[in-house]
Amino acid sequence: MSQGTLSSPVAPAVVSPQSTLRRLARRNSTVAFLLTLPLILLVLGLVVYPFFYALYLATLNKRMTRFIGWDNFTFLFGRQTFWDVVFQSVLFAVSAVVLKALIGFILAHVLHALPAKGQRKWRGMLLVPWVIPPAISTLAWWWLFDPSYSAFNWALMGIGVDPVPWLGTSGWARFSVILVNVWYGSPFFMIMYLAALKSVPDQLYEAAAIDGATGWQKLRFVTFPMMRNIISITVLFSLIVTFANFDIVRILTNGGPLDSTHVFATYAFQVGIQSGDIPLGATISLFMFPLLAVFAIFILRGVNRRNKEMA
Amino acid sequence: MAQVTLRKVVKAYDGGVQAVKGIDLDIADHEFVVLVGPSGCGKSTTLRMIAGLEEISDGEIAIGGRVVNDVPPRDRDIAMVFQNYALYPHMTVFDNMAFGLMLRKFDKAEIKRRVDNAARILEIGPLLERKPKALSGGQRQRVAMGRAIVRDPKVFLFDEPLSNLDAKLRVQMRTEIKKVHQTVRTTTIYVTHDQVEAMTLADRVVVMNGGIIEQVGPPQELYHNPKTRFVAGFIGSPAMNFIPGRLENGAGALRIHLPGDIVLPVPAERTDRYKALAGREILFGIRPEHLTEAKNLDRPHVAPMTATPEVTEPMGMETLVHFKIQGAEICGRVDPGASAHPGRPLPMAVDMSNMHILDPQSGRVL
Repeated sequence: MSQGTLSSPVAPAVVSPQSTLRRLARRNSTVAFLLTLPLILLVLGLVVYPFFYALYLATLNKRMTRFIGWDNFTFLFGRQTFWDVVFQSVLFAVSAVVLKALIGFILAHVLHALPAKGQRKWRGMLLVPWVIPPAISTLAWWWLFDPSYSAFNWALMGIGVDPVPWLGTSGWARFSVILVNVWYGSPFFMIMYLAALKSVPDQLYEAAAIDGATGWQKLRFVTFPMMRNIISITVLFSLIVTFANFDIVRILTNGGPLDSTHVFATYAFQVGIQSGDIPLGATISLFMFPLLAVFAIFILRGVNRRNKEMA
Repeated sequence: MAQVTLRKVVKAYDGGVQAVKGIDLDIADHEFVVLVGPSGCGKSTTLRMIAGLEEISDGEIAIGGRVVNDVPPRDRDIAMVFQNYALYPHMTVFDNMAFGLMLRKFDKAEIKRRVDNAARILEIGPLLERKPKALSGGQRQRVAMGRAIVRDPKVFLFDEPLSNLDAKLRVQMRTEIKKVHQTVRTTTIYVTHDQVEAMTLADRVVVMNGGIIEQVGPPQELYHNPKTRFVAGFIGSPAMNFIPGRLENGAGALRIHLPGDIVLPVPAERTDRYKALAGREILFGIRPEHLTEAKNLDRPHVAPMTATPEVTEPMGMETLVHFKIQGAEICGRVDPGASAHPGRPLPMAVDMSNMHILDPQSGRVL
């Protein structure tokens, strides 16, 4: 064989930058990164940047001209209104989420028991509160609660009961904002739980029936444990959204009467935007973060553990 | 333990479709009965009606002499093993097995004793603290059986329990199930579409087809004396060959005339049984194992014939030869040493003492 026909068996030692780029572009992880890049930029721009900016703002004085360290925090700790807001935020979020979860769970069970044909119709109707923008539906609720034209009071008077100051006293106002939030949020729980219910294999219920379980025992020992992850995740998600709720309280009571229905978001808005103390408003809004982080860590840890054991 | 009785049991769905069309069945105490049949024959529906998971449209089901038509599953004192095991994924193996006893308020020591005993029988002792996810298919199957055993019920129900296992494990678990039944002696009703499972496990096999019972009997009886073409074709693997032909009376002896001028003599001891059929069109049935290479031709009931295989399938201990007689697909089993080659004529022997004659119209074995 002549030497001239031999091709070099050794790959070229130097790889051109062009081919390296091409190889990088072909890698799955690169493609995945590029596809998620718009979302990453969105999160960076709308979550990470404002968070750090809020941290920075919280260390400034009212005029935003001087660094004052923890002063905004210590100022808030000394004010009763702030602690009222903490109490109301926790009361509002926890009671609304518990009620939404409970009502959603019951509705999902009722829907699940309906024959498939009727189920779709009811599912659609029950989802209506969730698909109407809350700003609009809350206005309708506000009208229903109105002291002069309240449809509720009109109905109550019809059966001889005294009218109720729905938004006029602290107790009723707190009840009203929770009621509207529950009305708005229950369908979300219902649809999530319905999906979870449908994913429980029928044979588990059949096995439980043969094992001797009553309807209640099937719910307790089969349905509930099988749904625990989805319950945890929906509760966490709803807790975050409810804690940060703004529109319902803002439209219905604007935090009143006497600041008794303020939650973190509306209080931060009132202090920061309406009263012009942006650093203090930013400080208030930062309090949501550690509270939600604790909830999230506990719930997600449980979800992870169960995921490893089951499925 | 108890006997199970089905009287004129019907299962009809909306729209008038009948999955089970009025079946009668008596299952004795301690008996192992297998319901077998193709998909959609009503075997699983029948089992689920016995379990109480399906309502009965008509008729009567009794367990231990008590009519259970309106008794919920939990009060029927039965245990069931499902095709996909239906283990509770959030419970450990121990809790899965103990669940039924816990609901029935057994004390903890008794629950532990029973679970440990079942775990010993099924050799799953080391797995008791694991979750089902951490078990293999065979181990899950054992746990599902353990869950049934601990209850010590009147009747065990098995709904195609081996279908999800691979072939090797299936054979192994089949033996396990038989061993367990020999140990606990509980009345067992077992549903499968696999006739080999049915033949190997059952005291009696119930062959179902199209919502009715075709035949009930011990495995050997179904194999040797099927009553219908369906049973004859369903039991045995490869399936029985059916060749259309004519029964003729010649020189005092009956002969079967098959297409291709094949004439086979009917054994003398069967002459009385078939002589009234002389001259009629019939369906000749013969199992592949009775269609062999030319051997034993000196015996009176063995007749020679020649076939040209189209395909040969060496199985190791035997070779299957496939050929055609006037369009009818025929299979024979020959010795691996026989020189069976595709396209080359092969002298064969038909064991006429094991032949069957069927009515081509009704499909009944005559």
